[in-house]
Order: sequence, then C-alpha cells, then structure tokens
Amino acid sequence: MPPLLAATGISKSFPGVQALSDVNMHIERSELLAVVGENGAGKSTLMRILAGIYVPDRGRIEIDERPVMLRNVKQAEQLGIALIHQELNLATHLDIAGNVFLGREPTWGGPLKLIDRARIHADARRITERLGLIASTRTLVADLSIGQQQLVEIGRALSSRSRLLILDEPTSSLTESEAERLFAVLRELKAEGIAILYISHRLKEVEALADRVVVLRDGRNAGELRRGEIRHQAIVNLMVGRELKQFFHRDRAANMGHRAEVVRARGVCWSATQRGIDFTIHAGEIVGMAGLMGAGRTELAQTLFGVRAMLGGTVAIDGRRVAIRRPIDAIRAGIFLIPEDRRLDGLILEDSVKHNVSLAVLPGLSRLGLVNFSEEARLAQAMCERFRVRTPSTGQIVGNLSGGNQQKVVLAKWLSRAPRLLILDEPTRGIDVGAKSEIYALMDELAKQGAAILMISSDLEEILGMSDRVLVMHEGELSGELTRAELSEERIMHLATGGGRS
Amino acid sequence: MSKLLGIFLFMVALYAGILAAVDPAAWGYNNTNLGQRIGLEGILCLGAGLLIISGGVDLSIGSVVGLCACVFCKLVLDEDYPVPIPVAAIIVVLLGAAIGFVNGFLVTFFRVQAFVVTLCGLFIYRGAARWVMNDQTPVIAALIRPIKEVTDSSFLMVPMYLWFLLILFALTTIFLHFTIHGRYFYAIGSNERAAAYAGINTTLYRILAYMLCSMFAAIYSLMHVAHYVSVEPPKVGEFLELYAIAGAVLGGCSLRGGEGSTLGILIGTTIMRLLPNLANMWSIRDTLYPTVIGGALLICVILDEILRRGSWREFLALFRRSG
Repeated sequence: MPPLLAATGISKSFPGVQALSDVNMHIERSELLAVVGENGAGKSTLMRILAGIYVPDRGRIEIDERPVMLRNVKQAEQLGIALIHQELNLATHLDIAGNVFLGREPTWGGPLKLIDRARIHADARRITERLGLIASTRTLVADLSIGQQQLVEIGRALSSRSRLLILDEPTSSLTESEAERLFAVLRELKAEGIAILYISHRLKEVEALADRVVVLRDGRNAGELRRGEIRHQAIVNLMVGRELKQFFHRDRAANMGHRAEVVRARGVCWSATQRGIDFTIHAGEIVGMAGLMGAGRTELAQTLFGVRAMLGGTVAIDGRRVAIRRPIDAIRAGIFLIPEDRRLDGLILEDSVKHNVSLAVLPGLSRLGLVNFSEEARLAQAMCERFRVRTPSTGQIVGNLSGGNQQKVVLAKWLSRAPRLLILDEPTRGIDVGAKSEIYALMDELAKQGAAILMISSDLEEILGMSDRVLVMHEGELSGELTRAELSEERIMHLATGGGRS
Repeated sequence: MSKLLGIFLFMVALYAGILAAVDPAAWGYNNTNLGQRIGLEGILCLGAGLLIISGGVDLSIGSVVGLCACVFCKLVLDEDYPVPIPVAAIIVVLLGAAIGFVNGFLVTFFRVQAFVVTLCGLFIYRGAARWVMNDQTPVIAALIRPIKEVTDSSFLMVPMYLWFLLILFALTTIFLHFTIHGRYFYAIGSNERAAAYAGINTTLYRILAYMLCSMFAAIYSLMHVAHYVSVEPPKVGEFLELYAIAGAVLGGCSLRGGEGSTLGILIGTTIMRLLPNLANMWSIRDTLYPTVIGGALLICVILDEILRRGSWREFLALFRRSG
C-alpha cells in the first residue's frame, strides 16, 4: 500500500536560518510516527509545512501518491491533515459541541443560518464517546481539565474527517493519568486507520508509542528507527549525533563532607485550609520535589520566593530567619527562583539577552542610578560563555532563541551571584537533550559549591536521576519523603496520588 | 535607530513640503510658530510616551492640563492672598504629581484598567477645573505679560519653548535610556510578571510613571497659560491627551508597552505639528483638518508597522499569493 503522505526534499529557510534542508519523510495509514530532535532541529517547521502554515521553498508533498500544494491551513484541512498545537486553540466560553464544530456548524433555516442545536450535540456526543470524554457536550470548555480540552481539540480534528493528526508535545501539560488516557485514544484512532505524527521531547512516551521514529538534526534527516530499534539511548544518540555518555551529572561523592543546614522551613502555607509544610535542605543537597499537577509545588515555590503571600510559617536561611514579603526579600536572602513558565515569568522575550541577564542585578551595575553599559555587556558576555548560551551576540532578542537557550538565559540571569537556595520549577520542560544535560551539570556544580537546591519536576526520570532526596506533594501538603535508597518510580507515584507512606 | 528612519524621513519630507509651499519671506515666521507649538506639545508627548512605555495609558491629560491651568490662575489672581507666580507654579506641578499618584494608585491597587481610571479622570478633573473658576475666564493677561515676553522670544533663532523642550528631552532621555529606572520602565511595560520575578517593585514604578505623565501635563499647563494667555475652563487642554498619545505612538511607542524611545517621541511630536501646518499651506479647508490629520496618521502608522517589523516580506508574499 502506498504511504498516506510522503514529503521529499523539503527545504525551508527563514531570514538568517536554514530551518530545513532536503528533509524526507513519509507516514502510512494506521501508523504512529514520532518526529524527534533537539529544539531548533526543524520539527516544528516540518509540522507547520504539513499543516499548511508555511509554504516550503523546495520539495514535494504527495498524498495518496498525488502531488499536492498546501498553501494554507484550510487546504491542508480539506486534505485531511489536522495540527493540534501545544497551546490549545479553543474558544473557552463555548461548550464542547460548539468547539468541535466551530466554523462548520450544521445549520438550518436557509439564509438565516441558524445552528442546528440538536444535530450538533448528537454529532458531538458520538465523537466524545469515541474519545472516552466523559462530559456533557454542553459543558463549557473553560470548565474542563487540560487533558479533556485536548480531547476536544482532537474531537474537532475527527469531526472534519482528518486522516492525519499532527500532535505537538501533547503531554507537556497533562498529568500522568491524563497522558495515559490520551495514549489509549491514540491507539484506538490508529486502529481505525488514522495516521498520527507525534512530536515529543519525552522519549519514554516515544519508546512506548511509536511505530517508527524519524530523527531530525540541524534541519536534516539524522536517521530513522523501526519498531524493534526504538530505545531511549538509540534516539538520543541520533539526536545529538554523538554518544551522550553521562546524561545526569550528579557527583554525590564530592559533597558528602559538608552537611550544614541551609534551609529550614516550618509550617509554610499560602492558603487558609492547609496544614503547613516543613522541610529542611542541607548544603550541597539537591532535593527533588515530585507530585501531580495542581499538588501545590509551584505555589510553594512562589511562596518561598515572595510572589505569593505567605499566610503562615517561617523560613530560615543559614540559621537566620528571613521575612519574605516580596521577591526582593527572597533575593536578598539568596533565594532564587527559576520559574516554571520561563516565557511568562522568567524572561522579557522582546528584549535582548544582555538586558535579560542584567535585569535582576542592575543596581550592582550602576552608579547614581546610571547603568554602566560596558560592565553590563561584560557581565552578559561572561555569563553567556559560562552557560554556553548559543546566541550570535548578547544583543540578540531572547524570543528568537531556542527553548533550551532561553532557559540558560534565565539561569544566567540569576547565577551571576551565588544562591543559598536555588528553586528550579520544571527546569527542563520543553528543552532539548543537549541543553538538559548541561543544566544538570550546572545544578551539580552549584550543589558542590554549597548551595541548597530544590528541584520541582514532573519528569520522574529527572527526579530519579538528579535528586539526593525526594519530597512528594499531594493536594497542598507534603505526603512523604524518600531517601536516595528508597527512591523508586512506584513509591513516588504512590505518595503523589495520596497513598500514605508504605 | 533604523526603526526611526521611516518616520524621520517622513518628517523631513513634510518639512520640505512646507518650505516649498511657503513664501521664503515668511519662512522665519512660520518656523518660529512651528517651533513654539512643537516645544509646547512635545512636553505632553514625552509624558504620555514615558507612561505608554511602562505599559500604562492616560486619557485624562487634557483635563489635568485644564485643572492645573485653572488652579494656577486662581492662585495668582486671588483677591485677598495672591500667591507669587513661582510658588503657584510649584504648587501646580505638585498638584500634577498628586493627580498622577491617584491615577497610578487606582490602577495598581484596585487593578482597574488604566483606560477606565483615566477616562473617569477625564471627566472628574474637567469638572474640577470648571468648579475652581466657576466657569469664568480669568483675566490674567496683565499679570502674565512680562513672562510671556520672555517665553515667546527666541534665543539663537530657536524659540524658548523649543529650548525648554530640548532640556526636558535631554533629561527624559537620560532617565529612560541611561538609568536603571528607565530600564525598569521598559521591563514592566514588556512583561510585568517577569519584572516582578526579578525583584523589581513594579507597583512603585508604575505609579511613578503616572506621576511623571501628570507632572508633565502640569508643566505644560504653565507654558500654555504663558503662551495663549487665555484660559477658558471648559475648553483649555481639551483633546490634548489624544494629540499626546498620537505623537507618542507615531514616534514608535507601542500601546502594548515596552517599546519606544525619547527620540522617536520627539519626531512623532514634530510630525503631529507639521501635518496641520502643511494642510494649512495647501489650503485644505479648516473643517477637513481633523480628517486629514487622522488619515495621514493612520497611513503613517501602517507604513511604519510594515517597515519596522520587516513584515513587508509577508506583506509582499500576500500580494503575490492573491495575485
């Protein structure tokens, strides 16, 4: 049987960047093809070309062996291609049925174009049932969880009879169980003959789901793995083009010597209905913090950093109590936060690398309020070299950098000063393997220098790989603590889902 | 600076058009007139620009001008205790600062949209202005004449108002582009949350931006009294907020915040004054002025958007595709 879609010799350049050069790929019916690669490898450009958002400079695309031109999204949709973005595009104030059929509502009453409400709900119900979405089709999308919203988006694709679904990082904001549901749905759809193009940084998912993996590197085909060959290490090797020897850098032997207490938090709470949170972190220790989405981990980080009001409890750094009312209090005490949403909280995307790096330390770079520009430039240059930020110059606009490099800029912003407590909230979310490994090495280095590190992460591999000790949160409270020796994925999940200590 | 090239060329073209249309014998007179008007309105544009860069907006500027001008007249003309002019001037500037503080406080603490707060301010301060003067036009000409003689004169061929604007421009440039405070204005305007996460007291800086904007309006009101002499409580300063915002936006300040420069604002202000002047030269009928100005601004801003964002590539592609 010929492939459903075949793309050959696809090239695309943007001002200053060759995003894709001569890329080939094809996808069969009932196949789940994973496209992986580091950030900036060209995955999203390829997807957007297939979805008709970009027009390629060169190359041909065939569907059912017939060459097609995908000039815009509408044409791609008519040919049965649907792209589901990482950020969902739903009208949150319409109900499920309204979203599934948005722009294609069945109508009656001739030129009046009244919406056929009975039909829209009946048709939508068929689709939600097929997807295992247990909610009335009259539920507002705003009232659904992210996972359910994603199913609505898939439902929309199905309602337009898509034959090829392109999913961009679909699990990045799903809980473990929501992700499992999504996988089940994808397997169903596959069985019904739909082809699925799956983009993800989570190689475990790729390992579990994919029938075939296409790896891109620097805008070119780097290799392909068939079902039997798909292994984590094999994918990583193709992605980075070299053997990545030690992924998690954690040199525990070096920091067994000093164990002074750096952070002592007692009864910290940010909501009135909450038991306080107690924990301690020692010098040179990396404490992982696991939990499901909404367990309160980000809220805890925000409270410790002074972004969220602390309703009760005390925090002491190096034995001295600190009153944290606003971020500046935390910063003065040496508490730095690398926020979960770097684009929203960590960076000024429209501004230069230089200005972002210096933003939190400007008073130290100025006299009488006047900024010392040459000193600022020197600092930015030095920090970019230290953190290996790949940027043409420190004057580059941060929004133009890849996710990994953006995250390194956030780190550079804080780490020109030595932290006492460094809180990292999902430090490697949406970041490519190479940059991940560099960030791990950096955390290890900071720990060696005697900082206390609290790493919030939903990536269990990362938690297991980096933590010396793990705290688990469940519904706004600490549900348990695991030492290095006790660590296992099962134990963490048990605590994260509300099971007591076994 | 390449961002400003487009509007700079537009400004030069406008000015060339004016010189071409005016009898060379009247160049000097026209230049003085233009310089004075630019010097006056530039103050408002700088204030509005500062605020817009920090992510705010102020629709009450015109009414603040009105209130400040009326309070100034009231103070210096008081029958029992006339206040000396310099003292009255200081009081008026402080009044501007106080109004700005109230605007900023309402926007930051109650999280009311700036647009709404200052729209209400537009009504409130206008009413206050009329109440202060009881809607009477104060007789201030005699008192202000000696000052007017100085401020309406020129120094080195350049009108005094323009000198004053250039000094204010230099100070604002240093503040906005060379101090950490200015940097924080940009940071807050671009991404307030990231600025707060960097330990910046965003509330304080946002209120400061409103205070500066209203203080500049107060300073303008003093110049206005000196230059125009007449102060009609219901009219004085009317619509000036729109001119101020238009000048700042034309000069590259984005209403989304975080974008713009003092040089751009200066150019924007100048264009705002050159446009009606040229319309006048081309004997376009008075009644059509607002339409001509509005239309020219719209074209200018659209062209600027296309040039500046490099979106002309996409723009051309669009034509090619549809063609």
